[in-house]
Amino acid sequence: MERNTRRNFIRKLGASVGAAGLVGSGSILSSCNRVETTAGDKIKLLTSSGELVEVDKSQLSPAEMPNLTENQKRGREGMPGRSWVMVIDLSKCRNARQCMQACQNHHQLRPEQHHINVLQMQDAEHTAPYYMPKPCQHCDNPPCTKVCPVNATFKREDGIVLIDNERCIGCRFCIAACPYSARVFNWFEPRDAEKYKGVTYNIEANVPQKKGTISKCLFSADRLRDGKLPSCVSACPNGVYWFGDRNEDAVTNGTTKETVSFSQLIKDNAAYTLMEELGTKPRVYYLPPKDRAFPFEGELIEHHS
Amino acid sequence: MNTIKSPEESRKILNTICSDLTRSITRKDELTRFWFFILIMFAGVGLWGWIIQIDKGLGVTGMRDYVSWGMYIANFVFFVAVSLIGFLISSALHLLKISWSKPISRVAEQIAIAAVALAGIIIVMDMGRPDRFLNVFLHGRFASPIIWDVTVVTTYLTISVLLFYIPLIPDLALLRDRMEGKIPNWKLQLYKILSLGWKGNQKQYKLVYHAMRVLMILIIPVGLSIHTVTSWLFAATLRAGWDTTIMGPYFVAGAFVAGAAAVVIVMYVYRLRYGLKNYFEDLHFDYMGKLLVFVSLVYLYFNINEFLVPGYKMKTAEGIHLSNLFTGTYASMFWLVQVAGLILPILLMLVRYFRKPLPLTIISVFVLISSWFKRYLIVIPTLEHPFLPVQNVPDYFKHYSPTSIEVMITLFSFFAALLIISVLSKFFPVISIWEYAEEKGVDKKYFSEQPKK
Repeated sequence: MERNTRRNFIRKLGASVGAAGLVGSGSILSSCNRVETTAGDKIKLLTSSGELVEVDKSQLSPAEMPNLTENQKRGREGMPGRSWVMVIDLSKCRNARQCMQACQNHHQLRPEQHHINVLQMQDAEHTAPYYMPKPCQHCDNPPCTKVCPVNATFKREDGIVLIDNERCIGCRFCIAACPYSARVFNWFEPRDAEKYKGVTYNIEANVPQKKGTISKCLFSADRLRDGKLPSCVSACPNGVYWFGDRNEDAVTNGTTKETVSFSQLIKDNAAYTLMEELGTKPRVYYLPPKDRAFPFEGELIEHHS
Repeated sequence: MNTIKSPEESRKILNTICSDLTRSITRKDELTRFWFFILIMFAGVGLWGWIIQIDKGLGVTGMRDYVSWGMYIANFVFFVAVSLIGFLISSALHLLKISWSKPISRVAEQIAIAAVALAGIIIVMDMGRPDRFLNVFLHGRFASPIIWDVTVVTTYLTISVLLFYIPLIPDLALLRDRMEGKIPNWKLQLYKILSLGWKGNQKQYKLVYHAMRVLMILIIPVGLSIHTVTSWLFAATLRAGWDTTIMGPYFVAGAFVAGAAAVVIVMYVYRLRYGLKNYFEDLHFDYMGKLLVFVSLVYLYFNINEFLVPGYKMKTAEGIHLSNLFTGTYASMFWLVQVAGLILPILLMLVRYFRKPLPLTIISVFVLISSWFKRYLIVIPTLEHPFLPVQNVPDYFKHYSPTSIEVMITLFSFFAALLIISVLSKFFPVISIWEYAEEKGVDKKYFSEQPKK
């Protein structure tokens, strides 16, 4: 994989213009957004963390970026033969919120928009509270895609529930249908709308975000295509997330990079899915918050405020 | 039907009916102008609000990621509800051969057309990307209840317009023949075109009767579907308060309540404004009052089912939703709607006095306002309580309150609906002249006679 760094770099520069990808990726350049060209041999690039860096122009060549139609087609089909799953180990989560931050950078979200949200949970009155990161559950029986009138949100072959922001009409029926409150809406011009004006839309990252349309977690489908783990998974400092392919029966920990058997992991730890009684068949598995690595330090917020 | 009258008597009756029922068309005074000025101005202000919303985004509303449907959707449901009265009065009652409702059917159709047209517009105004409206047709997925709704709403609008227009053709011919000199020439030309060369022979009447019958039967499944499907927009989700099998009939019953109240109000206004005391008689109000009691009782029955059964069990999510309605944030609105909009009207209207025109109209105003707030209570509280806690968002995400832009756009819908009804009443008789005259014993052959100058 490392042999083709240069080609990879160029491809990423194109495919993820505007995408963050800084966290967890080796090269700063791979996540740069082109902002302006200077007259000299150097070019200024803006990283996702807002740093302005200079790169020699000779290092750059035109990006081979799939056009919008191609990107939409590819994004709709998904990655053949894959079946993505996520395992979230609740005993490890200490509310560091690195996942939320990386996600918001990657998907150009406003501070109040969450593709992944770390919730403070308490299941019953006297039970122990815990932190629960909550991404989209990528249900196998998704209530959201069922109700979409224009097929703007859909289930891919590889299990990901994706959104085409170029088609979404903004009816918000999917928000009403989702029991996990996983979906957000662009009520205003999206964050940095000016900066990313004219950048080709990438369906697999939902960037640039489009005003008046829905957005939500998409397991960083663009990063998966590049052979990387989702932003949140890579960003976690505490080993909360495991991500992988159910067909391969392998999941990799985003922090330790350790790869284990998916079925063994969920079996050994009595994994469960959220609100399975609703029949949504989530692809996100939770390992119960027992033997917690960190004490719960949050203030308990009432459940249904 | 009254007994056949002599030719002189027939002509006299017909002339009186004609002059009474065309008063709404010929009358031109300051009040009319003022009324239209008000309607157009407020509708215009509302449209301006929509332009702001398109420019800035739906964020100008009070809606956010959790309460993502607000006043617009409540208003949409309200208008769909009101429109259903067209189906009840001009189809169901006709097919049951209930004759007292005949003079009311055109009022009911006016309301139906205005309400369903506005329902369609409101839903576009609620869209984040109204510019992509055509996607609904280009990429429509028939598995989505929204597509069902679009289908039945447009079908219902079409049938309602036809059900308004076809019985109107003989009237248009009457106007064409009798109104020369009394109305501007362009209006006369309009009647001439719209009356499609009506001559008033047996064959033509037969066609009209046949078409009306077909439409009346067609509108039954469409009418029932339009509100049932609208209820499924909610019932098809997993949310507490919406996830109930009763939604279809519950919405249909509620729709009849709202629509009957709207008809009473419009009837009263016409009666007062156009001097139609002998046409919208006390008897009609009395019967409408009884009809309103009946549909309200059915609605009350569904309400009891809707709230008592889950209230008895108080399952976690349902329990939170219900305590919010019964004793929480929405308690005052909830009880006002149930008491002032349902229970009290039923009790009052059981007494004959309250079925007289003025008292019944006042009650109907309360019923209609309550039914708007009822839709608000159906849409919003449920969304404020999702299954998972609402955290890490600003406080105003947690509770919904409509903004001035939303109020403006909602007011637009009211004024635009009134504008449609007013325009219809200024162009076409508010009661079917030929049907009414026939009811009074005037033979059809007199309709096509030119009046003596």
